[in-house]
This record gives sequence, structure tokens and C-alpha cells, in this order.
Amino acid sequence: MRDLRLSLRASSGRSDPARLLFFALCFGFLALFLLLPLLVTFVEAFSRGVGVYLDSLADPDARSAIRLTLLVAAIAVPLNVVIGIAAAWLVARFEFRGRQLLVSLIDLPFSVSPVIAGLVYILLFGAQGYFGPWLKAHDIEIVFALPGIVLATLFVTFPFVARELIPHMQALGGSEEEAALMLGASGWRTFLHVSLPNVKWSLLYGVLLCNARAMGEFGAVSVVSGRIRGVTATLPLQVEILYNEYNTAAAFAVASLLAMLALLTLVLKSILEWRFADSIAAARGH
Amino acid sequence: MRMRLPAGALRRCLLPLVALLLAAAFGIGSAARAQTQQLLNVSYDPTRELYKDINALFVADWKEKTGKTIVIRQSHGGSGSQARSVIDGLGADVVTLALAADIDAIARRTGKIPADWQKRLPDNSAPYTSTIVFLVHKGNPKGIKDWGDLVKDGVAVVMPNPKTSGGARWNYLAAWAWAKRAYGGDEAKLRAYITRLYQHVPVLDTGARGSTTSFAQRGIGDVLVSWENEAFLVKREFGADKFDIVVPSLSILAEPPVAVVEGNAGPKGTLEAARAYLNFLYTPKAQAVIARNFYRPRHPEAAAPEDIARFAKLDLVTIDGEFGGWDKAQAEHFADGGTFDQLYKPQR
Repeated sequence: MRDLRLSLRASSGRSDPARLLFFALCFGFLALFLLLPLLVTFVEAFSRGVGVYLDSLADPDARSAIRLTLLVAAIAVPLNVVIGIAAAWLVARFEFRGRQLLVSLIDLPFSVSPVIAGLVYILLFGAQGYFGPWLKAHDIEIVFALPGIVLATLFVTFPFVARELIPHMQALGGSEEEAALMLGASGWRTFLHVSLPNVKWSLLYGVLLCNARAMGEFGAVSVVSGRIRGVTATLPLQVEILYNEYNTAAAFAVASLLAMLALLTLVLKSILEWRFADSIAAARGH
Repeated sequence: MRMRLPAGALRRCLLPLVALLLAAAFGIGSAARAQTQQLLNVSYDPTRELYKDINALFVADWKEKTGKTIVIRQSHGGSGSQARSVIDGLGADVVTLALAADIDAIARRTGKIPADWQKRLPDNSAPYTSTIVFLVHKGNPKGIKDWGDLVKDGVAVVMPNPKTSGGARWNYLAAWAWAKRAYGGDEAKLRAYITRLYQHVPVLDTGARGSTTSFAQRGIGDVLVSWENEAFLVKREFGADKFDIVVPSLSILAEPPVAVVEGNAGPKGTLEAARAYLNFLYTPKAQAVIARNFYRPRHPEAAAPEDIARFAKLDLVTIDGEFGGWDKAQAEHFADGGTFDQLYKPQR
């Protein structure tokens, strides 16, 4: 054992072939499977010139898809922030019956296929579903309309905020909050002035990931959307529609928006990690 | 380091959250109602280009006749899954699907379409027809001439899944009709042929358009068993120098029907427009556009002669004559436990 460790340490010299091999393997893999597709997206998007690219994005259906995607994210992300904070706070600070169950429930969307999530909403809120007749009687549309898309998005993005916050809150411990309570602050005030500021960076990090997924979700949304062009097609669905219409340049133009969103998320994430490395490391429980 | 949860705190903070969630989810949905009349046409996969053209014509025609602006929305997908969506509540004003069985399913399960819908419009409510042909790579390197060649060694056949796609069900029945004659009515040989045919399929896409992109764009397979209109469209989109159309000795007369979803259009107040829209499909103007988009028009005299000349003459069986109508064909072949379930044994 000791020999092995020694030899490993010794082999960490610059020109060591094993290290070079790992380096090449890792970056080769990333270049092939991450960088190349990203590059192809932009190459294809501009394959018929900048004019076609801009026209594709100015198309009414594409604009409606952009609007819808932004709207869905604007509803789903704040809701998830609120519920995520509440759930994380409960789990990290309180002892109650069903706490473990809550933790498992928070993780559920990670383990359920998004398509199943979409189908479940159809089963619940579709015309033939459990609540279908009641919803129809009250003239409420859920599936194949905005609320269904929002619900499906909420489902798949739910864990992102809570998952970032729970370890951070647990690592911080409750002593500051106890102090605040003992000094006479109300529970609500303690939460706003002590608990929340303490975790703001991991909260931001969670919001970022949550937003990226909310805008990029395909599976669950495709099941509940009904694919109506210009009405219930989000950006990822619009990419599929355009691709199926042999409109490759336009499909990739719309896809490039999603790619740019991914890049932006990556940059913001790096800034967060670089600027607030310590508190995020704490959040990760290191 | 955990505090006990104060009994009231949970209720105090969760209740408003739940209320907020519900308000956001429901409030916005009912607010999104449009002022100008909108029709939603829920259609099958390969009609994307056709209805783009038809809709532009109809919108202009409607404006001219009534002075009103109308917007036509489209949704496309595999015919079976589109029907499923309408059953689950997708608010289609009209459905224009690949086969009668899918519209029958909507009529039966929702009551939103009258049971005798197919008699409400001329020509079995099918304003255009098509058939099933083969699309092969230029020069036909595998020498595919007829249905029997599809099961030769080393031939990969691309077609969609009959469970979800309407075109795939026409494919299946056309193959069945050919094999029934080719094997002189020998049931065992016929069934063996169908099993072997599907063993030559590397991917079963959910819709016809998915199969087309698999074959033409992604280069999978040697032959695409496809709607005639889709085969012509591929030649137009990808260049006539890349693919050839092969017409088999026997195929099926495919009648993609249309119907007004009265249970949706009625309450929405779009019944009149929806009926006008479907009737418009039978007008000379629309029939010409139909032929230009590679569908066989019911009134060929209204179309440009060069559009009609494209269509090969071949022996076509009909769903009523050969299979006793869609009700019977659907139950016998495509329902759970039907011949497709019995015979589909994928290799590997």
C-alpha cells in the first residue's frame, strides 16, 4: 500500500506518460462529446448565412416559443425558489415526523423519467383523467396549455434549489438562528435576516441550475404541450418541429439560443464558483 | 442542533405558499384567451407542408367571404398519438388524421365527434388519398422491386410503429394484402413474411416523419416504406438525384379522413369556421394545392396536369374491400394482442 502511494506520488512528474494519457483521454472525450456538438450547433445555425439565422429567430412561431419559454421559467423558477427554500429550511432546521420522507420526495424528480411525469399530469388533469370532468365543468385548462407546461417544468426542476440549500444549511448549523431567537427575534424575522442571507450564494447557484433546466426541458413538456405551433411549443419543442420540417438551419438557429443559454449558465456558474468558492464549498459539504 | 417545529409555524408558512402556487398555475391559463377566431387543426405527421399552403389559402378566402380574420394553428405528430391527445383534452377544432380508426377512437371515447362523421363530408370524408410506396437510394443498389424484396438478406427497412403511426398501419396492411396473394392465401407463410419483414426494421419511429428523417437525413436503412406524398417530398427536399421511388406491384388506397370536433368547436363558437375549413378542402383551389403537395386529389381535373402525371398507376386494395373496414382491421391487427403483437418479434 505504501509502495503504491509512493510510486503514485513519484509518477506525478510533468512528462509522465500515464498522466498525459489521462489528460488526452479526458479532454478528447470532452471535445468530442461536448465541444463538437456545441460547435456544430452554431455552424449549422449559420450555414445559410446570418440573414437566414436572424429571420429564423424573428419568425412569429420562434418568437412565441421564446416568449413561452421565458414565461414558463419566470413562473416555475420563483415558485421553486420559494418552495425549495421552505423545504430546505424544514429539512435542515427542524425535527419532525416525515422529515426523511420529505428528503426522499425532494429527490423524486431526479429518479423519475420526465416522460412519466408528463403522463401522470395527463392522467390527473387530462379530459379522461381523475380531475378532468371537474376542470371541464369549471372551464379550467391545464394540460395542452400553459398551466400544464408550468406544472411539468416545476416537477422536473423542483430538486435543484432545495438540493443546493440543504447541505449548506446543515453545514452552517443553527447556532446563529438560535441566538437570534433568544434575542427575541420572531421566527419569520430570523429566517429573513439570518437564515436566508447565510445561504444566498448557494441559493443563487441553485436558481441558475433550476433556470437552465426549466428552459431546456423537453420530455415532460412535450407530453403535456400538444405541440401547437406558436401556442404551446417551447424552445426545445420548436427545435424538434423545425427539424421535422426539414428546416435544419432554423432548427439549429433556435437550438443555438439554448446553447447560448447553456454557455451563459456556465459562465455565471464559474463566476459564482470563483468569487464565492468558500461558501459554495461549504454548501457542498466539503 | 435542531429545533422542534412550532405547531403553527408550518401552517403559517406553507399555506400561503400553496395558495400562491395554485393561483399562479390556474390564473394564467384562463387569462390566455384570444380575440380573433382561432382554429386548431390537429393533424398527422407528413401533412405539415400541405396545411401550411392550405391554411394560407383558406385564411385569405375566409377574409374575402366574411371580412373576418382567422388564425389556423397546427399540431402534428403520429396519427395515433395525436388522436390520444385529442381524447385527453387537446382542444382541436378539426382533426385531419391518417386513418378513420383514429377519428373513430375520438368519437367513441369522447363523444365530441358524431358517430356517423364519415358520412358528413363527400368521399368518405377524405378530401385526398395516397398510397404506400418504397423510397430507395439512387440507382436502387439493393434491387428492390416489390414487397418480397424487403425480406432479402442484408436489406434494412425503415418504417414507423403501427401502434402510434397511421402511415405505419397502412404500410402493414399493404404488406399483408400483397403477402396474402403472393403466398396464395397460405396463412402460415403470410404470417412468417410479416414477422420477417419487421425483423428487417432497425428502428421503429413513432411517426412517419420520424422514419423519413431516419432514412433521408440520418442515412439509416436501404428502403423507406412510406406514404407516396412523403416519398415525393423527400425527393423535393433532398434533391431528386439522391433517391428513387419504387412502386410495388400492389399497394393500398389510403384515405386520410377529416372531421370537425363538434364537442370542442361548438362551445368555442368556431363550428361554422371549422366546417367551412373542411369544406374548403374539396374546392378546386384546394384540390390543386393538394396535388402540388403530392397527395392524390379527389378531383384531378382541378389540378395541374403535371402534378397528376407524377402518380403511377398501380393496383390498390381498399380497406373496406380487403379488410372489412377500419373497425375490423384495427381490432384484428393493431389492438392489444392483434396480429402485429403476435408477429412482431424483433431480432437481437
